[in-house]
Amino acid sequence: MKLTLKIWRQKNAQDKGGIVEYPIDGIEPDMSFLEMLDVLNEGLINKGEEPVAFDHDCREGICGMCSLFINGEAHGPDRGVTTCQLHMRMFKDGDTIFIEPFRAKAFPVIKDLVVDRSSFDRIQHAGGFISVNTSGNTIDANTIPVPKDDADKSFDAAACIGCGACVATCKNSSAMLFVAAKVSQYALLPQGKVEATDRVLHMVHQMDLEGFGNCTNTGACEIECPKGISLENIARMNREYLAASLKG
Amino acid sequence: MAQSALLNASILKKVAMALSGIFLITFLALHVSLNFISIISEDVFNEASHFMGYNPLIQYVMQPILAIGVIFHFVMGFILTAQNSAARPIAYAKYNGAANASWSSRNMIISGLVILAFLGLHFYDFWFPEVTYKYIAGTAPDATRYYGELVHKFHDPIRTALYCVSFILLGFHLWHGFASSLQSVGMHNKYSRFLSKVGYWFAVVVPALFVIIALFHHFNN
Amino acid sequence: MALDSKIPNGPIADKWTNYKDHINLVNPANKRNLDIIVVGTGLAGGSAAATLAELGYNVKAFCFQDSPRRAHSIAAQGGINAAKNYKGDGDSIYRLFYDTVKGGDYRAREANVYRLAEVSGNIIDQCVAQGVPLAREYGGLLDNRSFGGTLVSRTFYAQGQTGQQLLLGAYSAMNRQIGRGKIKMYNRHEMLDIVIVNGKARGIIARDLITGKIERHSAHAVVIGSGGYGNVFFLSTNAMGSNATAAWKIHKKGAFFANPCYTQIHPTCIPVSGDHQSKLTLMSESLRNDGRIWVPKKLEDAQAIREGKKKATDLSEDERDYFLERRYPAFGNLVPRDVASRAAKERCDAGFGVNKTGEAVYLDFAAAIKRYGTEDAYVKGLDDKDAALVTRLGAAIVKSKYGNLFQMYYKIVDEDPYTTPMMIYPAVHYTMGGTWVDYNLMTTIPGCFSIGESNFSDHGANRLGASALMQGLADGYFVLPYTIGDYLAPDIKMGEISTDLPEFVEAEKAVVDQINKFINNNGKHSVDYFHKKLGKIMWNKVGMARNAKGLTEAIEEIAALREEFYKDVKVPGGAYEFNQELEKATRVADFLELGELFAKDALHRNESCGGHFREEYQTEEGEALRDDENFAYVAAWEYKGKPSDAVLHKEPLNYENIKLVQRSYK
Repeated sequence: MKLTLKIWRQKNAQDKGGIVEYPIDGIEPDMSFLEMLDVLNEGLINKGEEPVAFDHDCREGICGMCSLFINGEAHGPDRGVTTCQLHMRMFKDGDTIFIEPFRAKAFPVIKDLVVDRSSFDRIQHAGGFISVNTSGNTIDANTIPVPKDDADKSFDAAACIGCGACVATCKNSSAMLFVAAKVSQYALLPQGKVEATDRVLHMVHQMDLEGFGNCTNTGACEIECPKGISLENIARMNREYLAASLKG
Repeated sequence: MAQSALLNASILKKVAMALSGIFLITFLALHVSLNFISIISEDVFNEASHFMGYNPLIQYVMQPILAIGVIFHFVMGFILTAQNSAARPIAYAKYNGAANASWSSRNMIISGLVILAFLGLHFYDFWFPEVTYKYIAGTAPDATRYYGELVHKFHDPIRTALYCVSFILLGFHLWHGFASSLQSVGMHNKYSRFLSKVGYWFAVVVPALFVIIALFHHFNN
Repeated sequence: MALDSKIPNGPIADKWTNYKDHINLVNPANKRNLDIIVVGTGLAGGSAAATLAELGYNVKAFCFQDSPRRAHSIAAQGGINAAKNYKGDGDSIYRLFYDTVKGGDYRAREANVYRLAEVSGNIIDQCVAQGVPLAREYGGLLDNRSFGGTLVSRTFYAQGQTGQQLLLGAYSAMNRQIGRGKIKMYNRHEMLDIVIVNGKARGIIARDLITGKIERHSAHAVVIGSGGYGNVFFLSTNAMGSNATAAWKIHKKGAFFANPCYTQIHPTCIPVSGDHQSKLTLMSESLRNDGRIWVPKKLEDAQAIREGKKKATDLSEDERDYFLERRYPAFGNLVPRDVASRAAKERCDAGFGVNKTGEAVYLDFAAAIKRYGTEDAYVKGLDDKDAALVTRLGAAIVKSKYGNLFQMYYKIVDEDPYTTPMMIYPAVHYTMGGTWVDYNLMTTIPGCFSIGESNFSDHGANRLGASALMQGLADGYFVLPYTIGDYLAPDIKMGEISTDLPEFVEAEKAVVDQINKFINNNGKHSVDYFHKKLGKIMWNKVGMARNAKGLTEAIEEIAALREEFYKDVKVPGGAYEFNQELEKATRVADFLELGELFAKDALHRNESCGGHFREEYQTEEGEALRDDENFAYVAAWEYKGKPSDAVLHKEPLNYENIKLVQRSYK
């Protein structure tokens, strides 16, 4: 396969940056998208140019490190996958591919395609936990039964990998799906109910401070989410938040 | 959590937006039913309009509430849109929004602005003359004038066309707005799924009725 | 220097309790005056950082990723073992202990393994209290599944994402402490050396990966939880960034490195598709609960399949060789990982491989789909003779169990595993070897601890499935927090340690010099070029089966490659900026040393045990042949300037509670 890549290059956070075009040849359909970028970088290094910086780690779709906005979509045109699981068979010979960093005020660019997602961490610091100490004296795990349906729904929400595709794809750069996933995971479990009020108030407050946009329910996040986190979680968080703010 | 922080909270703004939207939806339902009478019976239409125009509860309580609702919905819409675009200072070179969200959900501000412009025209056509008639000129009540005024407005083909285009955009606005308001207030279950379906019907039927009424009076007279 | 494992006296079941009753404690007011550095934020590092901060210590945690949540523990799929006996199938602490020691082919330290089994139940309680959504039964109680190498169901799980859920649990515990200011988190930071003052670990040198700035950090103790060194093979199931630098740097400063040759090759991975391959993808071992592994019986069928003339589904039952069920009737497809991997390699080497490269075997779910489908049809009162219906119902049940794995396979290979068997091949997955630690998890550098995969202690020569998560969390939540207190008790009056000490200056200078050398080297080849070459040597000569000749060659080749690397590596960009090539260079430099020690260890161990298989030492049926008389010891290597000069220290393994027998899964 022969492709034309249009890649965002930006030396560092202060640099203005811009799109640079790279022709590339010899790409096989079985390669993953990141392996295609490896090939590009190997070529750039051999030519004495600086390789394109991009985040990646596990390359099996679970760590959430890889990002990339490919041809106008977070993690590219395939559904239910991260960029590292996107394969070149999704493209055709001769295609032009735009590769840009995830863009949001709360995700500033560090270099090229690498962005700073520490805003997500700060939201978690604000309340993404259950306050239980590791004393080794907690009650037996089977003491509190959890209905299977609740446990499954909690798991589905907890499957979020924190990649930021929801923010990147949202026309408003809203982080509601990410925050709602964590709030829901705990809201659905008896263990999490104790701190539910504070949790949702604090996490949403931090989310607002970070400069994310507002949710307008377009539903784009749910479709682009590599883990298929449901919009139901956002509704649940809205509910939790309303109840919490009425409680004061 | 401080009260001020709560008032600024994104979710509460959303909820306020949804509630004002739901309120305006009920108003639309009332409006379209009243207008529809004009197709069926001139007399009943005149009677109903007269009631609406001179009932103190409607004039001095409901009308201001409606005005506040409309203004709030618009102002909040602008504020939220401004915040949302500030949340992404550098735009994507390529953004394929159609891949994952409907046109109507992505362009509420456009359909909203069209509706705002339409409201200007609509006020110019009906509300200002009405206020002039009742409060500035102080003319005596006349319970038979409404149907004639209505029909008169739809003589002009350009105005009729502008009305129809606005109604279509209203349809798009409702298409997303109705279901979205349920999600915003935290409803996401079998009831909300049913209500959303009702919402899609509403978004088609109500604007369609408005269009039919406008065209009816344009061609009928 | 004689190795002292510091195992407490007394009967094995009482050792840990007695130990805890008699250690020195640090009172809460004094904990505030003690700093601890934790490198790595996976299950071990993350849980340790959270617990130590909870106890009151000042913790500085480091990870090279952009968030602690991304540590590679997140990729563990199948589950976590715990001796809860919720199923009432005869499980107990002793049995988990026994299975782990046996599974490790009798090369693990008894006392450590017993302690691991002892605290395993606490881990589940802790995680559930933290809100980890483990799988439940309809009655609301926790569900279990069975895993390779055991006869009981003791594995707790969260679909195929158990590692993710447990790590996010530890991450949430960390977040709570970060929010309280008790953990200072250093994301995108990489430890490049340890600082030793008066013989004790007192700090690290780290590079801020965004700015490139070299930083000095001091503490009263340093904890390494940086994972394993599987990436020495270039292709492995580890994350691209997983590296051995922290572990190797402490080794060079005095921490012995134990059993480097014990590497686990996991049987159920997606086969290599071409030269561009950057990593291998594992699919949970739990697939072997329902999948049957086979190759064609006849060579000509295998060849026809490789050439694309036949499909797997064209072969009838009696044309298939279910080789694990044939060789190991008692455990069948559920034999331990090392046994399953070697059996697959044996068939492929004999010419029965089923993909283009000839390095793949089938993992077939047709039987499971039929079995589940028939059962479900019966339960629902439908016609269980209707083949289409049975297949549909069965596929739905298989989907509910392994849906995410099947989807992952489909996305990578572009074949539907519901209708055609999966292809799998073994891949490097986990390293049982690592820094040598005593019972306190302390390395041979006082004040430097090593936990989780980065130490050597609990899995012997082979790790059982679902035991890595257990060990990481046991070390971090329940063991280290006690043992480190015992070490720190005398330091309470010491006060903050200055980073201006000459030892810090010196260590920083060495790091800066190495970085400058890479940046100014201006060689011909990229870092990956050398890493791939190293990987090829490792896989071909130090991989699943090893022999003296290959190992001797490997040692020479790696040493030569290392020399070439320093001469010819090309690192673009500058030192004081975000530079991913530079990050890779410092890591590969360490792999190039570690690889050689790895081969040296494999060459010295003249026996086959667990993940270490020497072709010269096998039974007539091709099973591993252990030599307990001469090799029942931990090989701990001391660094002496270069890997080839490393000095061997032996820690004898005394089995007082378990009788050594030949491991049999027949």
